[in-house]
Amino acid sequence: MEHIQIETDLKSSLESIFTEKSPTLFSKDTPYVAGVRKQAFDKFAQLGFPTARQERWRGTDLSKSLAPDYEFIMEAPGENVDIEKIFQCEVPHFETFLVAQLNGWYVYRNSPLTVLPSGVVIGSLAKAFEQYPDLIKQHYGKYTEQSAEGLIALNTAFAQDGIFIYVPDNVTVPDVIQMVNIVDFDRNLMLQARNLVIVGKNSHLRLVQCDDSINHKVTFINSVSEVFLDKDSSLDHYKLQNKDEHSTLINSLYFYQESGSSLSSNAISLNGGIIRNNTTVKLAGEHSSANIYGVYLMDRNQHIDNQVFIDHMVPNCQSSEMFKGILDDHASGVFNGHVMVRKDAQHTNAYQSNKNILLTDKATVDTKPFLEIYADDVKCSHGATVGQLDGDAMFYIRSRGISEANAQILLMYAFAAEVVNKISIPELRQRIDDMVKKRLRGELSYCDQCVLHCSTQEKKVSFEIDVTKI
Amino acid sequence: MLSIKNLSASINGKEILKGVNLEVKAGEVHAIMGPNGTGKSTLAYVIAGRQGYEVTSGEIIFNGRNLLELSTEERACEGIFLGFQYPVEIPGVSITNFLRTAMNEQRKYHGLDPIPAKEFLSKMEEKKKMLELQDKLTNRSVNEGFSGGEKKKNEIFQMAMLEPMLAILDETDSGLDIDALRIVATGVNKLRRPDNATVVITHYQRLLDYIVPDVVHVLFDGRIVKSGGKEMALELEEKGYEWIKSQL
Repeated sequence: MEHIQIETDLKSSLESIFTEKSPTLFSKDTPYVAGVRKQAFDKFAQLGFPTARQERWRGTDLSKSLAPDYEFIMEAPGENVDIEKIFQCEVPHFETFLVAQLNGWYVYRNSPLTVLPSGVVIGSLAKAFEQYPDLIKQHYGKYTEQSAEGLIALNTAFAQDGIFIYVPDNVTVPDVIQMVNIVDFDRNLMLQARNLVIVGKNSHLRLVQCDDSINHKVTFINSVSEVFLDKDSSLDHYKLQNKDEHSTLINSLYFYQESGSSLSSNAISLNGGIIRNNTTVKLAGEHSSANIYGVYLMDRNQHIDNQVFIDHMVPNCQSSEMFKGILDDHASGVFNGHVMVRKDAQHTNAYQSNKNILLTDKATVDTKPFLEIYADDVKCSHGATVGQLDGDAMFYIRSRGISEANAQILLMYAFAAEVVNKISIPELRQRIDDMVKKRLRGELSYCDQCVLHCSTQEKKVSFEIDVTKI
Repeated sequence: MLSIKNLSASINGKEILKGVNLEVKAGEVHAIMGPNGTGKSTLAYVIAGRQGYEVTSGEIIFNGRNLLELSTEERACEGIFLGFQYPVEIPGVSITNFLRTAMNEQRKYHGLDPIPAKEFLSKMEEKKKMLELQDKLTNRSVNEGFSGGEKKKNEIFQMAMLEPMLAILDETDSGLDIDALRIVATGVNKLRRPDNATVVITHYQRLLDYIVPDVVHVLFDGRIVKSGGKEMALELEEKGYEWIKSQL
């Protein structure tokens, strides 16, 4: 397996890797993918890594995350990795179709691309580049291309693999698809994970995206997902983030919605060193709707940053954002909700809310609602609150005999429940509900995952990698 | 059961209670009346242990224990229940879960195991029936979106479930229509036992048509200035609080 050591000057070493190794690393690129890659590389060379001087990164300083020496894993781990050996989903009665990424690479048993009888394709993005060039040409890189983010350009320049999901028209996918992103590496690792999800006309998909880590090394995950929702389709999307404190996770999601489509995306962030969720939604077809929710429970020195950009491009669309967070100890949070209503997007209905509880005077939150409205017949509202636990409510609960500590947990739980209750998959809601309770009691560690079998924690997890395939 | 001697208390440096004396025996119902702003709610809060009030003198002894040394929750576990004038909404927590948590914490305090689920549910059914409560009420979040009447009924329901030794009902009748008032009063009467006691804090005499007190007190300017039998409530209603003032 080829690992590339990246020197301290991250940007210039990435540039020289790209220049020197491109022909071998990206030899399988189709002309289209190669073109997208080259363009992204030039953009990265121009933009570089974000700095706290940029308005969009004012609240999240990546300089410490970018300081260590990182390695890249430039080759696939090989086939026939037994997923069941690594993961066991702890959610009872939760029938999912599990797809996994190990250190950014798609892990598969028999085939890199599974085609279900309904025509649904699930598997490796690298393989999809070769096998579905038309779909790739139509969608890959299309929804990120306007981005002025150096990290998006970096991802597009170096992305080699990730998860590809294609749902043809008129298919309701019965199983929940669970995407698990595992990091297991004994040195510092930087990875560029890339996913592409295409949901056809009048089709319906439920997707759970879990970000987990096994090791204790420093990791920098720069993950980008593009999601296309065709006419009258729907996507129910969940992001579950429970990472160790050495990790930086940048999770960028680009949703593009055609008319009549509906999206619900819910980010549940329970632990992590630095987590940044960039969610961009383009409401490009009339009568489409997007509900973007998030709940974050951070303590110690953890940092969470939710950036949401909703672009109402056409009339008669609806969007709603609700983010709630509890910050303890020295934890810090950022929320930036940008709603754009374009000139012709009449009858837009946009709602935004961000509520925070700070448990200590050292915890901080920086919340910024930002409505940019160019149409005159719209309904938009926003609200942000930062506060402490309600003293009246504390007294009420304690006057029933409930201890102060438990009263606090009860109130925090009640605060988070508003978002958790929006999870429409009952088994998942139950499990996340449990995790939130555990987290609030201080009993949830980052290795206590929805997907990782806890009892395997002591054993060194081994992946059966066939070296000959590399 | 409850013995308050020379109790003075202040909030933000302002003295509200100025030497309250009150004796409540098991089996009794007391009514505390008085105009607005005379310290009725403060007295209830100080007994229940709300933070922010400073007791500057006096004592509260409850079944031989000095209440002022106990936390809010310890007082509840000792058997004090406060029915709130403005019950607080707790979205996301069902009444069932809330009460079960409260009941189990109280049991833990007394060294008992948690209540078995079946026993808890049948107790809930029994009390609901007794108070003529709708079935679905207990599945809803605590007080969330409740009407004024529902909130007060929920307070009485919690009291029925927790079976306190001493219940203090702070303006439980305020904002109630006659039907709700009757349900609340019926609950209080049905829960009355020789070994427990109730203190009803009220503004109007109206509630006392339904809950017949053994003793009526008038709290005025931080002191209990007059105590008497149930007929005193009628006299108060007739002559107004000016009558009390003129007697001072």
